[in-house]
Amino acid sequence: MNQLIIFILLLPFLGFIINGLGAKKISRNLAGIIGSGTVLASFILSVIAFNGILQGSLPSSPVSLFTWIEAGNLRIPFSFLVDRLSVLMMMIITGVGFLIHVYSIGYMKEDDGFGKYFSYLNLFTFSMLLLVMGSNFVVMFIGWEGVGLCSYLLIGFWFKNNAYNNAASKAFIMNRIGDLGFLLGIFLIYHTFGTLEYSAVFEKAKMLPSGDSTLLWITLFLFIGATGKSAQIPLYTWLPDAMAGPTPVSALIHAATMVTAGIYMIVRSNIMFTLAPFTMGIISIVGLLTALTAALIAISQTDIKKVLAYSTVSQLGYMFLALGVGGYSAAMFHLMTHAFFKALLFLGAGSVIHAMSGEQDIRNMGGLKKYTPITFITFFTACLAISGIPPFSGFFSKDEILAHVYESNPILWIFAVIGAMMTAFYMFRLLYLVFYRDFKGSDKQLSHLHESPYVMTIPLIVLAILSFAGGFINIPESLGGTAAFKHYLDPILEASNQMHSSINELSHQAEYVLMAISICVVVLSILFARQKYYVRGEEPAMEKENLPMMVRLTRNKFYIDEIYEALVVKPIHLFGDFLLRFIEKLGIDRLVNGIGNSVIFSSKNARLLQTGNTGFYLFAMVFGIIIILLFNLIR
Amino acid sequence: MENGISTITQIIPPNFYLILSSLLFCIGIIGVLIRRNIIVVFMSIELMLNASNLLMVSFSSYRSDGAAQVFVFFSMVVAAAEVAVGLAIIVMIYRNIHSIDIKELSKLKW
Repeated sequence: MNQLIIFILLLPFLGFIINGLGAKKISRNLAGIIGSGTVLASFILSVIAFNGILQGSLPSSPVSLFTWIEAGNLRIPFSFLVDRLSVLMMMIITGVGFLIHVYSIGYMKEDDGFGKYFSYLNLFTFSMLLLVMGSNFVVMFIGWEGVGLCSYLLIGFWFKNNAYNNAASKAFIMNRIGDLGFLLGIFLIYHTFGTLEYSAVFEKAKMLPSGDSTLLWITLFLFIGATGKSAQIPLYTWLPDAMAGPTPVSALIHAATMVTAGIYMIVRSNIMFTLAPFTMGIISIVGLLTALTAALIAISQTDIKKVLAYSTVSQLGYMFLALGVGGYSAAMFHLMTHAFFKALLFLGAGSVIHAMSGEQDIRNMGGLKKYTPITFITFFTACLAISGIPPFSGFFSKDEILAHVYESNPILWIFAVIGAMMTAFYMFRLLYLVFYRDFKGSDKQLSHLHESPYVMTIPLIVLAILSFAGGFINIPESLGGTAAFKHYLDPILEASNQMHSSINELSHQAEYVLMAISICVVVLSILFARQKYYVRGEEPAMEKENLPMMVRLTRNKFYIDEIYEALVVKPIHLFGDFLLRFIEKLGIDRLVNGIGNSVIFSSKNARLLQTGNTGFYLFAMVFGIIIILLFNLIR
Repeated sequence: MENGISTITQIIPPNFYLILSSLLFCIGIIGVLIRRNIIVVFMSIELMLNASNLLMVSFSSYRSDGAAQVFVFFSMVVAAAEVAVGLAIIVMIYRNIHSIDIKELSKLKW
């Protein structure tokens, strides 16, 4: 079984090397096949591993490849753990990743950097697998950094454009700020528990009392790391800017996989978080705030990818809200369904952009329903899923989150439902503005309007089927299901579930009422969007017109970017400027140049000793002898 | 002779020889530094050597130790060899610059 694990990791890495080194020499077809094929192979192996775990034939114990660091008492093996949680993530990563690779073959067909693109995608898959398969915090951190790097490489893929490079740098730097928190958490874990292996750390953590201050700090630092990677307040502004990258990249990295790394990390360390209720409170508040703020901003965006980006931030906020109230399996379930429908939405947006010859502004789209039918149907499916209409997958996952939130605090639940209403509203606004009514683009675009090729539409169809049926694996008991997914994750969440059994379980009655309320408000919201954008045909205003205050605020993302610019970026630039002008120019330059100048000065004066006068040389000899004699006399 | 030291040396205190040698040595040094004639510089060097020889011989006599006199032999041999080489160099210098003034040898000036 060890071989299996190594191959799952090695194959994408091999794809990276082959595509990376042979970028210009391999034909496009071959590069695409190698890139997608390695991920498909990893997916098949992951499914085999999943089967193995379900049947119990695959032992869920760490497999160590070699000891990486050994210094004093610190011993960090490069080891992997394939258990229920990680194999679930592996299947999502490789499965959705494979579909996106296939889609990219069509989307990036005309691009010059085709081979480079696939090598980066494979490197990303490798790093993400490393993240979820590690059995200690260090291997996870290696994968964590690796996906950050690949995110930078892929966002700035079209590197000739300066704005894209800035967006890539912004993503990487914000990630790094979060990573500082993560590193501090890791250091604190090592300091407290003396080890970094998951099993050992969690065993020891179980002994600590709830509300222990060390655990509080550890979990806070780990959460800061998660905010950076998973785009929560205050480190979320990189994600909308990351839409500068190719659309399949946005689908893979910023919808399905990289941004879910923070959630995976928290679910993996669930015991530590359950024992730190203060951190859980912070997580739920931050998650809720993020969900609401991003939803507000999404309502008035006019770029199709920006709407989806803010939607991602909002949905991640929901997942963190679920984590904060102790619904770990609900968060993982929503992670999975979100991967399906968000990837579908992004790929669909890519299909629309492809059809519109590169146009991304929804004010220039419209009526695409009859030109791109497959894209329309799949996009519609995804909208239904994300809004939470039964029986689509989003309904089951969102509802479970809402149920957990209600158990914890009904007021949070009210806000979460408001967020769900906004989600449905902006998604259907997008749908109506892009696909319904009349086409508002240029004639040139109209002539090029066409459905995407099969290589792009087949992944859309597969993802649409998954968005529809993906929820059926976790039908809650109140609706007569078996909640298979939740029970699947029980062994991972054992300790947390024991401690949480004190929270009041909802009765089936209450669950029905909650479900009914959420469905009603979502349907109302969809109808309102329909009324506004389809029946009455309102358009989002163009820039020059006088916009009402709320629209202006949300369209400009609450000016958060500008605030960060003024509060953080400018002072750092000023500080750097100060260091340059004073410390560098006046201090260090003077010091270093001064040494050089003093050498020149002394040599200019020393050469005057060479008079060429023999008598003077003799005198110098005598002088030296006298000095030596005096020296000996004194000593 | 009671202890092997001749009567003359018992009468003349060793200080006199010391002062004489030092004076000769200083005259030699001043000659080396001041004179411009190469041959006179050489003569001054010889004067310095002879001053130290004188001192060593006188102390050898006062201490009835023959080792110093043997050393003086060595010193004289070295002086002779040095004179031979030095005079050869002076001849070559003269053949090159047709003068024996050391102020003419200043090509190594900075």
